[in-house]
Amino acid sequence: MSAQGILASYEYLDSTVDAIENLKKAGFDEIKAYAPYPEHHIEHALGYGQSPVRVWTLVGALTGTATAFAFTSWTSVEWPLVVGGKPIISIPAFIPIVFEMSVLFGALATVIGLFILSKLPNVKPAVVYDPEFTAGRYGVYVEADASRLEEARAIMNAEEPIELREGEADA
Amino acid sequence: MAIGTTERGALTHPDVHRLDDVNRDVLKMLTVPGKGWWMLFGMCIAGVGLFLSAWFWQIYKGIGVSGLMSPVGWGVYITTFVFWVGIAHSGTLISAILFLFRAPWRQSIYRAAEAMTVFAVMTAGLFPLIHVGRVWHAYWLIPYPNSRFLWPNFKSPLVWDVFAVTTYFTVSAVFFYLGTIPDVAAARDRATGLRRKLYSVISLGWQGTDRQWHHFGKAYIFLAALATPLVLSVHSVVSWDFAMSIVPGWHATIFAPYFVAGAIFSGVAMVITLVVPLRKIFGLEAYLTTKHFDAMAKLCLFTSLIVLYAYLSEFFLAWYSGEDPERHAFWNRLFGTYWWATWTMLVCNGFVPIMLWFKRIRHSIPALFVISIFINIGMWFERYVIVVTSLHNEYEPFAWGIYRPSVIEMSIMVGSFFWFGFWFLLFTRLLPPIAIQELKEVLPPPMRKKRSPEVAEAHQ
Repeated sequence: MSAQGILASYEYLDSTVDAIENLKKAGFDEIKAYAPYPEHHIEHALGYGQSPVRVWTLVGALTGTATAFAFTSWTSVEWPLVVGGKPIISIPAFIPIVFEMSVLFGALATVIGLFILSKLPNVKPAVVYDPEFTAGRYGVYVEADASRLEEARAIMNAEEPIELREGEADA
Repeated sequence: MAIGTTERGALTHPDVHRLDDVNRDVLKMLTVPGKGWWMLFGMCIAGVGLFLSAWFWQIYKGIGVSGLMSPVGWGVYITTFVFWVGIAHSGTLISAILFLFRAPWRQSIYRAAEAMTVFAVMTAGLFPLIHVGRVWHAYWLIPYPNSRFLWPNFKSPLVWDVFAVTTYFTVSAVFFYLGTIPDVAAARDRATGLRRKLYSVISLGWQGTDRQWHHFGKAYIFLAALATPLVLSVHSVVSWDFAMSIVPGWHATIFAPYFVAGAIFSGVAMVITLVVPLRKIFGLEAYLTTKHFDAMAKLCLFTSLIVLYAYLSEFFLAWYSGEDPERHAFWNRLFGTYWWATWTMLVCNGFVPIMLWFKRIRHSIPALFVISIFINIGMWFERYVIVVTSLHNEYEPFAWGIYRPSVIEMSIMVGSFFWFGFWFLLFTRLLPPIAIQELKEVLPPPMRKKRSPEVAEAHQ
């Protein structure tokens, strides 16, 4: 186990993005970036595609739709009672409930999906972290073998970080 | 690297220079409270006492202590329920709908508006329980397999309402909580002692990594996309509680859009009522500029026009229908026993907002505050007019009657404002009341190499 981590704190967005891009070009792929707000330039530099959260939303919402349809129909048949001259299984009258359940299941599934995908709650926070990341600084963390550590450090230093720290690799 | 600075060129907050300024100014609000805050909080605790003691008295003596009696079975409780559900709506409008439309002015008010939504639905949800009297049977509302295998009537708008309001509460609470996670993490990184522990738990170990932001951003968009039709559905369902019956004055297809517009109208007014003191007490002039108030005032003006149009078309259609009970219902609104309620509603919702056509009034914060209070009062009376005047004179003249709200009902209604205020004040002290991370998104990003002139200017 010779993997080491380096964490650089940057004041400027362009420095951060350049550091990430240069690290990627040099072949480092264990990169983690910190930002005080969602920054799509950083996501772009790291090469993110579509988030699978959307699958959770869709599956959750459709589950809600099916559940609500099944439940309202089943309970109506379970004790058949004519109300207001409507059919026993009266689909238009069930639509509001079906809609609400679709939204409810969809929303809860989205949150569950988010928690699973972004590994929240994070009970074991990163070893090297800078509390300024939630204030105004950007961070780049890279993991590398001890042999390539100097190279990574040079790339990160070229963008003039405010601080550069080393530590044992996270995981 | 080419990062366009012009895409954030619209400097929405010219007096905020650096990203960490936002943390400094917002997190300052969470430190030692001022005298003003404690005074308001003390008032709210007293008001919650009134609310709870009136409710306990009603539970102890029975629903007879309210003024509800045939033919008026729905009174102040249902009025207040609809009022609070309506208040909730503009919070979701500002946090979800304007988020999807990328409205540039929502960032600084949306957290407060969203908190308002959660607490308003929470308050609203109590009223059906208060109204039914025997609150210990409240669980009958939930479809559960009971010993007789009786299920709720899913064809009834009242059951739809149970689903709509509980879904709305759950989704808006989840949406609210999710939005606060990164900001609570920011608070955690500055806090010490007990608060730090509390914020560490609430923020779930958020660190703002690329992976977290990536999924967070997408989840947030999907939640907003789900909340948008939800908010429109909830007040539509509430309106169908009325419109699906055949009571003259209720049975109208216009009800759903009319209620939704009214809800947003009253809610935006409530946001103004809440945000003006918030801005004053915490010195947030750099974040809540006249531009924000102007935008909210325009939203109020627009929805007030829809509401006024709905009033006029209701009166017109009652006359045009040629139905005697329908014609009587609307004549009775204007000139009957409850004429004062109807005229309060018309003046406050239809005529007072006309002042918002003038830019000078939209830019005067004291004027907006006063107008917003008028709108709050007017919108409460709108629901009172719809509920009470329609019921007290239905079809058969021998079954007509007068409803007088009792002291208990009025105490619970007034107390509910303090109950709401209690939670809102706690919120302003415990969670960042302005969305830190969303504000940073609209600030120009700090750049080392390429600075456009406007950004450089803003950084001086």
